[in-house]
Amino acid sequence: MIVMADVTVTVGWYMILAAVLFSMGAAGVLLRRNALVMFMSVELMLNSVNLTFIAAGNELGLVEGQVAALFVMVVAAAEVTVGLAILVAVFRRRSTANVDLLSELKG
Amino acid sequence: MIDYLWLLIALPLLGALTLILFGKHIGEPASGWLASALVVIPFLIAAALTVPFLNGAESETVFLFSWIPVIGANASLLWDPLSALMTLVVTGVGGLIHVYSVGYMHGDPRYPRFFAYMNFFIASMLTLVLADNFALMFVGWELVGLSSYLLISFWFVKPSAAAAGKKAFIVNRIGDWGFLIALMMIFAAFGTLDFAIVFAEAHGVLSVGLATAITLMLFIGATGKSAQLPLYVWLPDAMEGPTPVSALIHAATMVTAGVYMIARTAVLFEMAPISLAIVATVGALTAIFAATLAVGQRDIKRVLAYSTISQLGYMVMAVGLTAFTAGIFHLMTHAFFKALLFLGAGSVIHAMSDEQDMWKMGGLRKYVPITFVTMAVGWLAISGLFPLAGFWSKDEILASAFAKGGFFLILWGIGVVTALITAFYMTRLIILTFFGDKRWDEGVHPHESPWTMTIPLIVLALLSAIAGLWNTPVRLGLEHFLEPVFGDIHQVHPAGGLTVWALALISLAMVVIGILIAYGRYGRGDLPNEEGGYWTAALEGYGIDNFYGKVIVLPGKTISTWLAMVFDTKVVDGVVNGLAYGVRAFGSSMRVLQTGWVRSYGAAIVAGSLGVILWLLLQGGAF
Repeated sequence: MIVMADVTVTVGWYMILAAVLFSMGAAGVLLRRNALVMFMSVELMLNSVNLTFIAAGNELGLVEGQVAALFVMVVAAAEVTVGLAILVAVFRRRSTANVDLLSELKG
Repeated sequence: MIDYLWLLIALPLLGALTLILFGKHIGEPASGWLASALVVIPFLIAAALTVPFLNGAESETVFLFSWIPVIGANASLLWDPLSALMTLVVTGVGGLIHVYSVGYMHGDPRYPRFFAYMNFFIASMLTLVLADNFALMFVGWELVGLSSYLLISFWFVKPSAAAAGKKAFIVNRIGDWGFLIALMMIFAAFGTLDFAIVFAEAHGVLSVGLATAITLMLFIGATGKSAQLPLYVWLPDAMEGPTPVSALIHAATMVTAGVYMIARTAVLFEMAPISLAIVATVGALTAIFAATLAVGQRDIKRVLAYSTISQLGYMVMAVGLTAFTAGIFHLMTHAFFKALLFLGAGSVIHAMSDEQDMWKMGGLRKYVPITFVTMAVGWLAISGLFPLAGFWSKDEILASAFAKGGFFLILWGIGVVTALITAFYMTRLIILTFFGDKRWDEGVHPHESPWTMTIPLIVLALLSAIAGLWNTPVRLGLEHFLEPVFGDIHQVHPAGGLTVWALALISLAMVVIGILIAYGRYGRGDLPNEEGGYWTAALEGYGIDNFYGKVIVLPGKTISTWLAMVFDTKVVDGVVNGLAYGVRAFGSSMRVLQTGWVRSYGAAIVAGSLGVILWLLLQGGAF
């Protein structure tokens, strides 16, 4: 718990911040058409989750929160590698990163 | 020595495999001689193994390998006097017919294949005969049916031969169905198919009703294989096969399988008097029915075919009378003289360049003297003239029927009349073929067959002449030989003393009358006009085939056609297609969800997640 002037920053603040970040990320994924920006939004969502883990771990005095955050970072790195590779491949063929144009698998 | 028993089956089987794989390289006539050797060697082994029985040796069971032990079915062979006698007949007569075929099949393009099938038949028949349990016997039973099918339709290019093969197979299946049901009932009752256990426990386990049911089912099997009423129809058509096949399978060996089976299961039949009466009656009716058909045939082989059915009727009647020894005795003598007659007929057909119509023969005795003399022996033997084989065996059956008395006196009467008809149609055959004027076409030059064909004829003629002396009222050699098999069975025996000779005189008189009537009708100059009325009906087998065609085959075909054309296309296909249509319609309705837009999928994930969270919160009582 951090004390600043007469305001006490509790774990709830972190949760609210994480929720705001997560919602911004989700909105970005849903509203933007550029694949690169969508990836950045996904990263935002992942990091908001990391924040939740760390805050909760700190509050509860458990190390698992940090462990989970490390895992998420590793997986996120891997995911970005694959995702960006796909993105580059798509861009080379199509000269665009607009995901709405990639709808060949439409039923 | 008994350790070599398995060779009886293995050698002909080896021959069949060798000839199928390498027959073309072995060629003609080597493949024929190889096949003959692989039947004659088992005959010699069997003969050596039979000798101990003459000195009263015990029956033996030879275990080869475990097959289905849990139902008492192992590859295990039973060597007792009955199977020994059957083996000697099968390999002995079979060996002679193989040698005969070496000459008869000369020039056939599929010569090695013929001998492969013949060897395969011998192996199958020996499996049937030597089996020590019902399951293995059934395997042999089916395999002889298969080899019979292969050999009847050997000249399958002829549509009639192909059809005859199919007919034999399908009609036999009806009988096999009965046999199979009987096996299931036996297994249900005893928990095993082992002969030894079943026969030993039969009196304790089976009620009379159950024994009757089992034996009647077994008898249905016998009527198929042994061509009895009402399943005899396949045998006349089976004459489409090469003549040695008719001699081996459809006269001497396979068709006697039903008689052998009943004799083998004598213990069960003995417990079911109703079954026995049915068996005897069916046999007697078949005997006279087929005899009247034999009278009207023009094709020399068809006369012999109906004659075979008639003689099988005698055998079946004998086992139905519980005169098992007499039945087996007639089985043996019939194997000799009917194989002889068929091979003689084959020799005649060979001489006449494939003519089978007796009305186009006549006067052949000067051209084929050996065939004539040997066939004459067969003629007198089957007619039952003293002291040839047929006289002793047939009269033992008739005397047994007489001794049983009561209802069975009717069967005796039928048997005596059949003897007269038999003498008549056989005399007709001999006169039409060998006596009178030449009626054959220009350009036919009858010639005696090669020695490979005449030697078997001579041997069989000798056997037909003397085999009957083994079991005469004076000296019951066969009866004594089969004592270990039928010792515990209450067999009916001909009355002793003067009665048996008086009965013999009656049937002898019938034979002489039959021969004289036939001589009077055919032996003096012009032949009678045999057209219309009975003669046409007999040529068509009294229209029984036609009747079966209308009553069984046609409805069967109609139902099958309906099932194939209507039920299958509408109902079965309808269900399958309907299922497919349903799935496709559901899929089409779901396609709209698959927009192809990543962001709509993302929205779905978010919405779903929110839904789950909301649900969890509601569950947790947050609101």
